[in-house]
Amino acid sequence: MILLKIEDVTVGYTEIDILHNVTVTVRSGEIVSVIGPNGAGKSTLLKTVFGILKPRNGNITLKEKHITGLRPDRIVRKGISYVPQVENVFSSMTIQENLEMGAFIRRDDYSQRLEEVFDLFPVLRERKKQKAGHLSGGQRQMVAMGRALMLDPQVLLLDEPSAGLAPVLVSGIFEKIREVNATGVAMIIVEQNAKEALKMAHHGYVLAMGRNVLDDTGEALLANDEVGRLYLGG
Amino acid sequence: MAELIVYGIVLGGIIALGAIGLSLVYGIIGFANFAHGEFMTAGAYLALFMVTGVFSWIGIPDNTFGILSFGWRMVFAFPFSMAGVAFLAIFFDRVLYRKLRAKNSGPVMFAMSSLGTSFIIRMIIIIVWGSDYLFYRPGLMRPALEVPLGIKIRPDQIVILFIVFLLVGLLHVFLQDTKMGKAMRATADNMELALISGINTERIIIWTWGIGGALAAAGGILYGIDVQLHARMGWHFLIPLFAATILGSIGNIYGALVGGFAIGIAQQVSTAFLLPTYKLAVAFVIMILILLIRPQGIFGKG
Amino acid sequence: MEIGGIIAYLVSFAIMAGIYAVFCLGLNIQWGYTGLFNIGIAGFFCVGAYTSAMITTPKPTGIYAHYVHQILGLNLPFVFGLVGAAIVCGIIAFLIGIPTLRLGEDYLAIATLGIAETFRLIFNNEYWLANGPRGLIGLPQPLQGLVDPKSYNYVYLIIVVIVMVVVYLLIERAIRSPWGRVLRAVREDEISASMSGKDIFNFKMQALVFGSMVMGVGGALYAHYTIAISPEAFTPLYGTFIIWVMLMAGGSGNNKGAILGAYAIWAVWIGTKFMTDFLPYTLKARAPFIRFLLIGILLELILIYRPQGLLGEEKKVSKLIE
Repeated sequence: MILLKIEDVTVGYTEIDILHNVTVTVRSGEIVSVIGPNGAGKSTLLKTVFGILKPRNGNITLKEKHITGLRPDRIVRKGISYVPQVENVFSSMTIQENLEMGAFIRRDDYSQRLEEVFDLFPVLRERKKQKAGHLSGGQRQMVAMGRALMLDPQVLLLDEPSAGLAPVLVSGIFEKIREVNATGVAMIIVEQNAKEALKMAHHGYVLAMGRNVLDDTGEALLANDEVGRLYLGG
Repeated sequence: MAELIVYGIVLGGIIALGAIGLSLVYGIIGFANFAHGEFMTAGAYLALFMVTGVFSWIGIPDNTFGILSFGWRMVFAFPFSMAGVAFLAIFFDRVLYRKLRAKNSGPVMFAMSSLGTSFIIRMIIIIVWGSDYLFYRPGLMRPALEVPLGIKIRPDQIVILFIVFLLVGLLHVFLQDTKMGKAMRATADNMELALISGINTERIIIWTWGIGGALAAAGGILYGIDVQLHARMGWHFLIPLFAATILGSIGNIYGALVGGFAIGIAQQVSTAFLLPTYKLAVAFVIMILILLIRPQGIFGKG
Repeated sequence: MEIGGIIAYLVSFAIMAGIYAVFCLGLNIQWGYTGLFNIGIAGFFCVGAYTSAMITTPKPTGIYAHYVHQILGLNLPFVFGLVGAAIVCGIIAFLIGIPTLRLGEDYLAIATLGIAETFRLIFNNEYWLANGPRGLIGLPQPLQGLVDPKSYNYVYLIIVVIVMVVVYLLIERAIRSPWGRVLRAVREDEISASMSGKDIFNFKMQALVFGSMVMGVGGALYAHYTIAISPEAFTPLYGTFIIWVMLMAGGSGNNKGAILGAYAIWAVWIGTKFMTDFLPYTLKARAPFIRFLLIGILLELILIYRPQGLLGEEKKVSKLIE
């Protein structure tokens, strides 16, 4: 079933368009990876879905309902969570408080969900009273994802989850992403690390200069010679 | 000297109430609120209006509690005035600062607007009450108690310190243990991420103004009880408030508390060497020294 | 009022507005072109006025020495007063700039506010410095013997206008130079990669000092116009706030706007005086505060509805940039 549909979206700052008629579709339970060179507009795509940027043209629908141009605090209530690339934790607050803030809009008892998130990231349970600002990069990324997962979102938007992490930690974080996906959360991942991102992707999109260039299953894109030459480093 | 330190702690508590609100507004809404001193004045005069006007009209008895200089009228006026200034602060946000936010104005425009607000409030107070020194209970003898070390302290001052710590304690519980308090801290920490988490930051801003205004009002009333009321009292508090806020690191309410006490004590102790009118200059010099030595304040990251 | 009276009134209006225009031009260098938020103009106003007074008056002797204390009395001509006021204000600005210009823009505001209040306290309390709250009186007026004392204001108006025009031309020249372009880049945070933090600090410092020197000249002009000065003349209302309203109303970043704003707001200020003359007797004593309330509301309206002021910013800074 199609969950999130981004159709012909054009976005720009004052004068220059960053995205031109970009289309991305996410089905339930899917990992969709978006790869492409720096400046291709990958992060802009996520910010647009989440309502931080307003599209000039095009439609974004979640389960066939329009969410185009809604404010971020409205979009969150529709079941989409977003993990920004940088400054994605409340560094002066404890891990537990970070996760509570993730559940801010929930009015029900979310202690069950808190336990699930701690099960997913056991290291966070051990350190739940520690301030997020004192954590390592990899743990901070887990707090950021944990915060976003507190809502039990239908779609998770991840902006470069491996950015700034030491190479040894990268595979760990991708492993966590797979685990999260296994709980049924669909996601769009924007990544520089194209090979890893495509490996776990059900579907992949290649963006360049703000336009769709290619899209196919993750495996097919990995096997594609052109993609290999241009984006996977040979 | 010990006596001056005790008086400094009382003054410091009053400064701290203002500085905590100033620091919250600075940290969450992101600008220097030059009207914060006037919130203190407004609180003091609103309580005066209740004590000498409304409550005398509806017939609340004008007694005092034993050795204290105030009675039931002040007990009722105190929370009323805090709420009134909270609404005043929110009102100015709705009619002025919200419009500036909508236009993406820079922080200096907000600061300038708050400077205008400060003049507006001060002018209204002078127009209504004049610029004379006023008292909640004029002509009342206010004997001091003798406590060890030869310190003379008025019973009012003990109550003032008690109220300061009560309010700071309540604020602490609010910020640490309630959902709205945590959301306020989250917004101060990272406004964009707060928005992403679904926190309605406009609502947080309203809460921030409300709390900042209410605490400032409390500080103003306590100063009125301890010393006197004057239309320019808040303006003269502004430099000590900023000094305390910067000393304690902007956005850190515990820092503002410590900063308030430090500035209050320094101001009172200075009167042993300098004319009392130079208290404001003492706060100013301390602030300049902090800016030179440690501009991020004692609790800030280096 | 007869014609002569009206003209005399207009002349005194033009003098005061002209003096305020000098302050607006000084503030425009700091705020309009560089983005420096100085809310302690009253401090420079005060120091400029006192400096010039002490340079141009003789030190009291004989019986006067018992009544008038002043630390300095050089008895020099008016021009020395202007220059001295500029130099002293420049030095003070430099000292304030050191701790604040590396920090966020609010810090300068808080520090300048503090210095203005501190100066007022010092002049009020230190009798040996400049006679405390009684202030200094009998300041000399330049070219005094030239005309009949009744028409002296015409002479002073010419002096004020000359100073204003000289300051205007000086600033126009400066901001159209490469130096002026850098100032705007500093203000807009469009700093080129070649600029270090130290360069930015230096440019801000130069603008702060230059603007404050102009304010010192304004203070001197005021002192020799009113002949008598006391610390209470330099309140945040008359010394700082109204000047900000003038510049915001005229258009920050525009020197013509700065002058226009000074004249327009001073006209509004005088106009509200006529309005408050109609107030009932009981409110009359508080009329100045009602007028300031209106000025405060005017500032808020400008900030929200016309932050660019009447004229807006002049875009063409250099003939090279079209």
